[in-house]
Amino acid sequence: MAKIKGDIVVNIERCKGCEVCIASCPFSTISMSEEVNSKGYHFAIKVNDDCTGCSNCALVCPDGVITVYRAKVTV
Amino acid sequence: MEEKFAHPELRTPENLVYKRTDFLVDRPLSYCPGCGHGVVHRMLMEVVEDKGIGSITIGISPVGCSVLAYDFLNVDMLGAAHGRAPALATAIKRLWPNRYVFTYQGDGDLAAIGTAETIHACNRGENFTIIFINNGIYGMTGGQMAPTTLPGMRTSTCPYGRDVGIMGHPMKITELIAQLPGTYYVTRQAVHTPAAVRKTKKALRKAIDCQDLGKGIGFVEVVSNCNSGWKMTPVQANQWMEEHMFPKYPLGDIKVDGELVK
Amino acid sequence: MGELRLMKGNEAIAEAAIRVGCDGYFGYPITPQSEVMEYLMAEKPYETTGMVVLQAESEVAAINMLYGGAGTGKMVMTSSSSPGISLMQEGISYLAGTQLPALIVNIVRGGPGLGTIQPSQADYFQAVKGGGHGDYYTIVYAPASVQEMADFVKLGFDAAFHYRTPVLILSDGAIGQMMEKVYLPDPIPRRTEEEVISQCPWASTGKPPTREHHIMTSLDLDPAGQERLNLLLQEKYRVIEEKEVLYEKIDCDDAEYVFVAFGLSARICQKAVHLAREQGIKVGLFRPITLFPFPKKPLQELGKKVKGMLVVEMNAGQMIEDVILSVGFQIPIKHYGRFGGIIPTPDEVFRMLKEKIIGG
Repeated sequence: MAKIKGDIVVNIERCKGCEVCIASCPFSTISMSEEVNSKGYHFAIKVNDDCTGCSNCALVCPDGVITVYRAKVTV
Repeated sequence: MEEKFAHPELRTPENLVYKRTDFLVDRPLSYCPGCGHGVVHRMLMEVVEDKGIGSITIGISPVGCSVLAYDFLNVDMLGAAHGRAPALATAIKRLWPNRYVFTYQGDGDLAAIGTAETIHACNRGENFTIIFINNGIYGMTGGQMAPTTLPGMRTSTCPYGRDVGIMGHPMKITELIAQLPGTYYVTRQAVHTPAAVRKTKKALRKAIDCQDLGKGIGFVEVVSNCNSGWKMTPVQANQWMEEHMFPKYPLGDIKVDGELVK
Repeated sequence: MGELRLMKGNEAIAEAAIRVGCDGYFGYPITPQSEVMEYLMAEKPYETTGMVVLQAESEVAAINMLYGGAGTGKMVMTSSSSPGISLMQEGISYLAGTQLPALIVNIVRGGPGLGTIQPSQADYFQAVKGGGHGDYYTIVYAPASVQEMADFVKLGFDAAFHYRTPVLILSDGAIGQMMEKVYLPDPIPRRTEEEVISQCPWASTGKPPTREHHIMTSLDLDPAGQERLNLLLQEKYRVIEEKEVLYEKIDCDDAEYVFVAFGLSARICQKAVHLAREQGIKVGLFRPITLFPFPKKPLQELGKKVKGMLVVEMNAGQMIEDVILSVGFQIPIKHYGRFGGIIPTPDEVFRMLKEKIIGG
């Protein structure tokens, strides 16, 4: 069976931890890291495997730190 | 760092669906976490990229937080004196009619000190694009009252809330300039949700496309947040914006193809 | 030598602008210089040379239109009179700070405040000491005839582009309004867009993929960077002081006394020189043509040869400060001025020379 699978890559050093992406994700895939980057910000991380690559998070991200990939995969 | 749910196998060029445009300079934005400027910058540059006009675009940044927009937008830029961006744009578009010209201005810049330049550029029917970020506060100078500050809203120069009896009313300059015959497309958008961002991008495209028609100003107001000035978290600020800013500044098209939307 | 015409000074400025290939004029009406824009609007150069002419909503808008046009490498100018020039000062400071070329014409009227519409030279300090905020100068030319009104347009644009700095023509209501014969320059075509881009490689003309984006700004939040800009500007002003000084000496070779005067006052003093010489008194005239850079050295040299100087200005004594800074206190240097639009007569200034310098 084919399924849409997505992945995001966060530019951790540019993330300011504003959390706007969290609210935009329909699958609650994003949360904030426990760690901080060199500026002291918590940054966005994936916390489940439900990402479909919808790009919502990347669209609302003020700093444009999220790159999104999406593919049909067979499971 | 462990990426528990990462799928490196998906990260191939053919699977790429969204990345930050190269028309943004590769450097950190100077804006506060969660500030809408970054999204508007990116949507604007995506429009420039999509339209293929990077080499013939000239932008003008204002005075305010986005004075530094010229550091981030990877097109030729000029930094205007406070409020005067439409005057610069007027001259540039008339002297270089084949260039795409935009101004990027905040509420203090466009609707207070630069009101005359805004209104007269709109009234002359200049053929450039105005992008107006309205967050109801002066961000860069530290949160003072703006012409668009809501009644009762607290800022550092109205610490007990804006008293309209003393301080006057919030100015809906977008509705005002929509009345002028020189504006062709006037809209009010936001960038706090994915759907809003998509609409803003379409609006920016339409406003830039106005320059191909030569029928007057394309004007996009973006109601945005200032979580530092409002003293909220970014997510709270977006909620507050929906609850308080949008009733006063309702989203949607105000003038399309030179006709007011009923 | 170009075409001969009888014109007002204000019209000569406008016609010269068209002929030297000016790209854009942006202005706002104010007496006594409205003829500049009126002439341009009547001539419609936008249909011939392609020069843009626009009546702005204010002097503030006009000077910022110049800033926009100059930032894209275009040859742009404005004209106004004293109160309007005061409104433009912020923009002129931005032009200087961003190092942009532009030509600004001040047809001075009496002040302060709304003052009068009659001629004056009371804006000397404002013109030569910067005018707006920050450490900067504009190159200042002071025409004394309609011919010079026309000639200084080309001179001004050339200096503005060579040094990337705003240039001021400091004239007055009398020279703006008076009619004289003038030889107009032969027309030069406006530069093409390609020529603008190649001649102004610093300008914001649209970023090709082959270069970094250009940013026209005077802002540098880093104090070290802002100091570097200031040092660069000061270095530029020293070169200008070295190379761009213009002045005229009339009957100075055997003079025992001299008038020092610019613009309209110099014309009056020239007549007074004749009156004096008719009486056998050896008087000359030193006329600074550039007010910044001020002709310090030639004036200093002259100061060693004469017994005294009368600085005649239609103001309360402004240029006299620069004259004293140049010459020193070895000889008597006095000032005679009229204000509020009153033009002194040759008899009057000759009498003052006798009273204040020769008899004093």
